[in-house]
Amino acid sequence: MFSDFSRDERTFAFIILGGLVVAGLAMAIAGRGDILGTHGWMVFGLSLIALFGAIRQADRPEPSPERLLEYYDAPTRVGLVLTLIWGVIGMAAGFWVAALLAWPDMTFDVAWLSWGRLRPIHTSGVIFGFGGNALIATSFHVLQRTTRARLPDALSPWFVLLGYNLFCIIAASGYLMGLTQSKEYAEPEWYADIWLVVVWVVYFAIYMRTLARRKEPHIYVANWYYMAFILVVAILHIVNNLAVPVSFGSAKSYSLFAGVQDAMTQWWYGHNAVAFFLTAGFLGMMYYYLPKRANRPIFSYRMSIISFWGITFMYMWAGSHHLHYTALPHWVQTLGMAFSVVLLVPSWASAGNALLTLNGAWHKVRDDAVLRFMALAAIFYGITTFEGSFMAIRAVNSLSHYTDWTIGHVHAGALGWVAMITFGSLYSLVPSMFKRERIYSNTLVEVHFWLALAGTVIYVFAMWNSGVIQGLMWRTYDESGTLTYSFLDSLEAMHPYYIVRAFGGLLFLLGALTALFNVIMTIRMPAKVQPDTGMDLPAEPALQAGE
Amino acid sequence: MFKFHYRLERSALGLVGFIILVASIGGFIEIAPLFTIDETVEEAQDMRVYTPLEVAGRNIFIREGCYACHSQMIRTLRDEVDRYGPYSLAVESQYDHPQLWGSKRTGPDLARLGNKYSDAWHTTHLNNPRDLVPQSKMPAYRWLLRDQLRTDDLGQHLATLRTVGVPYTDDQIANATQDAYGQANPDSPEAGGVAERYGDATNIRPFDGQTDKLTDMDALVAYLQVLGNLTNAAHETQTAEVE
Repeated sequence: MFSDFSRDERTFAFIILGGLVVAGLAMAIAGRGDILGTHGWMVFGLSLIALFGAIRQADRPEPSPERLLEYYDAPTRVGLVLTLIWGVIGMAAGFWVAALLAWPDMTFDVAWLSWGRLRPIHTSGVIFGFGGNALIATSFHVLQRTTRARLPDALSPWFVLLGYNLFCIIAASGYLMGLTQSKEYAEPEWYADIWLVVVWVVYFAIYMRTLARRKEPHIYVANWYYMAFILVVAILHIVNNLAVPVSFGSAKSYSLFAGVQDAMTQWWYGHNAVAFFLTAGFLGMMYYYLPKRANRPIFSYRMSIISFWGITFMYMWAGSHHLHYTALPHWVQTLGMAFSVVLLVPSWASAGNALLTLNGAWHKVRDDAVLRFMALAAIFYGITTFEGSFMAIRAVNSLSHYTDWTIGHVHAGALGWVAMITFGSLYSLVPSMFKRERIYSNTLVEVHFWLALAGTVIYVFAMWNSGVIQGLMWRTYDESGTLTYSFLDSLEAMHPYYIVRAFGGLLFLLGALTALFNVIMTIRMPAKVQPDTGMDLPAEPALQAGE
Repeated sequence: MFKFHYRLERSALGLVGFIILVASIGGFIEIAPLFTIDETVEEAQDMRVYTPLEVAGRNIFIREGCYACHSQMIRTLRDEVDRYGPYSLAVESQYDHPQLWGSKRTGPDLARLGNKYSDAWHTTHLNNPRDLVPQSKMPAYRWLLRDQLRTDDLGQHLATLRTVGVPYTDDQIANATQDAYGQANPDSPEAGGVAERYGDATNIRPFDGQTDKLTDMDALVAYLQVLGNLTNAAHETQTAEVE
């Protein structure tokens, strides 16, 4: 890493790491006896290790100017491995909390092993750890190929990747110590939130600086989605996390918003985290890797325009469907429902565009498990967005809300769409990124595919069943006009489904472990004998970094 | 339209501007009016604020992630009102920074839990739910009875809550730490000021059954016992609707 940096970049890296050491120490001192202090020591320790590592490499020769004739893929390579590591962590935590719901005595009187503290490890681990790293890694790759320009410098992509992972580590360790804002999918406390904003600004700057030096006049559709992901997540993150810390020595803060306004802000954030983190970014992935792997052009340019702006505009109205029949004013609920239903149009335009792109390449889908991952992802995207629009209808929501049906819906999207498109993209990217002839084992990719599909189907069906049963039991009246079932009756009815769900999750986790093994073995294979013959290079003449 | 787009997608700044514009409209129209339309939150003259002990208990509720399985929002549906009580009003979470409406009921709704069970029931149940409810899926929170509650910074917590809009008085902020102790120790000299500062309806009891020390359990049970009891507005408006 450090040998890729120019002299100026090395100086900057020292300044950044030195600043982090000081900041960590300041946090540790200000937050004595508080979780903030623990996090301060963690930041101090990690950045000190990084600083020593950097000093040891400081006098390495500067990189040759010829590097500017190639794309800069080192951050992507590390990002792909981090994606899989966080995936395994997040999915293992998911399996464990699923098992806890079947066998709750496995808490063993250890606070950090309890369900409530492990659950955000699962959600943040897969959304931000697995999904976020996948988005950062692939966006750097796609950005360079579609602009035919090298990343603007070597330092800032590393800052984004490693800084983002520092955020993930702070978040996850905080949950174990009981630190959370309680806002779903926005649990990290104020200082982690501020750090993420810093990382995000640099991320956005990389995008703009690379686009400014592009050799293609048109910005490719995948980049629209990555840009929407970066921009809108920034807006959502900043607004929803507005809070006042108890003191600068305390990790705890109180949200600026309360009650109904807070609920609306939270679900405006929550639903659009789904839209712009888990949908827009991954659609960017799909728009690049799927046509590339199928070797077919995107079916319709116009459909991609309609779906992009439809999604960008309409999703932002949909959050209030999380609050049907609550104390949120009726007019907001109705707006949310209406836009959620219409959202089906741009969503299906995207899913349809992907599937129609595969016309003429279906034999490849049959033979190639990597492409099959992506095709299946598009199908699950279509299914899940239909289900989402359906569940946003007030009458349906009265049954589905608060039940496991919601959990089933989320996992149809997270396992079926997000994880599948990620695995497909990752498998197609790993050999070329590490300059290997092929993936270590195609059989293992095939095994992973069927584990992932079986796991998803078992999981989703278990949750659909338990959710609908739960919803119906809660609202069943007997002839005398009293409720037939106690809450406990409905809880007991869930038990078998919770066991089945944990099993489905286990299969999916085994698939992710297969992928991690396969990728590690690929990296350990000898490098390709024949170098590339100028196929995957930036446009000539390459510009100097920083221009 | 497609011709316009053909030009737009050649400009990075143009795309950035358009994305921000298009994405901002929905949130702005749905969220901004909630702060300006008066009917959004009902008036309730009798609305109380959380005591310092209840604030501490609420923070333990958040710390342990209870909100992930328990909602605090009864919807306007017949079966929910029959099961849990009057549907929730916006005013009831007016001072909740942040709200804990929740999104999932792995366990039952808690919006009207306050004073439904005894303190002893809650203490036993939190210590190990399966001692009382064999089928329960809730974790056993045994450490709550062991851990001493931190109270020295409660004044700062109340002052921060006042910054974001909860009407705590200087008197309440200054006495936060001793009020937390007093609320769980009715026979102590500190108990006297609690009802005076927070109203006669305040629960002043040895919540976890032991008076020798103030535990996390005291705070959490105090919080659970006030849920739904900060104002009587929901009961009053809904009785009026029936009549």
